Amino acid sequence: MKAAVILFPGSNREGDVARAIRQVSGHAPAIVWHGEHALPAGTDLVVLPGGFAYGDYLRCGAIAARSPVMDAVCTHAGRGGFVLGICNGFQIACEAGLLPGVLMRNSKMHFVCRMQYLRVERNDTAYTSVYARHQVIKVAIAHGEGNYTADDETYARLEAEDRVAFRYCDAQGHVGEANPNGSASDIAGIYSEKLNVLGLMPHPENLIDSLVGGTDGRGMFQSLVKELAPLAA
Amino acid sequence: MKARVTVTLKTGILDPQGKAIEGALRSLGIEGVASVRQGKVFDVEVETTDRTRAQSLLEQACDKLLANTVVENYRVELI
Repeated sequence: MKAAVILFPGSNREGDVARAIRQVSGHAPAIVWHGEHALPAGTDLVVLPGGFAYGDYLRCGAIAARSPVMDAVCTHAGRGGFVLGICNGFQIACEAGLLPGVLMRNSKMHFVCRMQYLRVERNDTAYTSVYARHQVIKVAIAHGEGNYTADDETYARLEAEDRVAFRYCDAQGHVGEANPNGSASDIAGIYSEKLNVLGLMPHPENLIDSLVGGTDGRGMFQSLVKELAPLAA
Repeated sequence: MKARVTVTLKTGILDPQGKAIEGALRSLGIEGVASVRQGKVFDVEVETTDRTRAQSLLEQACDKLLANTVVENYRVELI
C-alpha cells in the first residue's frame, strides 16, 4: 500500500496517522506538502489528516480545500483512488466537494475531546472489511465543528445508497443518546458515491496501541492494507 | 471600486453562535432582542470600474470560496 499524507499549515495529526499506517502496513507514508501540484507516483491512498489547517480561517477546511495539491487529490479520487479525510480532513473533503454536506459548529458549542463509541454501518468497503457489520468500536473524538449538515435531498441519498459509514452510539450500539455534536441521524462519517472517499470526525489513527486507550482503530488500516496490498504485489 | 459581501446562514440552519450571543445580550439586560443570527462581512476592493464585471467577479468569489452555498447565502453590494 502506497500512502500519502497531506500536510497543511496547521495540520497536527499527520504524525499519528503516519504512525498508524506504518505500524499496520509496514511502510511509512509519504508526507506531501499542500503546495505540491502532484502526488507521489503510484499513490493508492491519500490521507487528509486532522488539525486546524489555516487556523480554521473563513470556515474550517475552506482554505485548505483550495490549496494547490487538492487538484491532484480530486483527480486521484475521480479516478477511483482512495481518499481518507479524518476530522479536519473530513471538513476539507466536504469543502473540496469530494463529499457532500458540511461540518457545522457543534450544537452545544463545546469542543468535545473524549472517547466515543461508533457503530460500523457496513463492512463491505475498503475501509471496514475487517470489522463486523454493526460492530461497536471505541475511538477518540476531538472537534468543535463536527455537526454534519446537508440538505434533505442529500440526507435521503446518503441513507438510500447506504453511504453512512459510522454513527455515534453508546457501548451497546444504540444510536440517538450518544451524539456528541448534534449531527443529523448520528452521522460520524460518510462515503462518496463510489465508496472510495471516506470522511469521518473520529480519530481511528489514535486507537492503534493497547498502551494508549485501545486498538479499535487499527481495523480501518488493516482493511485498507487488505484492499491495497495486493495492488502493490 | 469598493464592494461589500455579506454572507449569512440559510434559514433553518442551526446557528449555535447566534444563540449564544442572544443569551449574552439577555444576560446583559438588553431587552427586546427576539433572535440573533451571526454572519460575515467582507469589504473588498476590486480593480475594475465596470459594475457588471465587478458583480460577476464577486459572485464567482462567493461561489468558489467566500460562502459555502450548502448552508450560506450571500449578497454583493457595490459601493
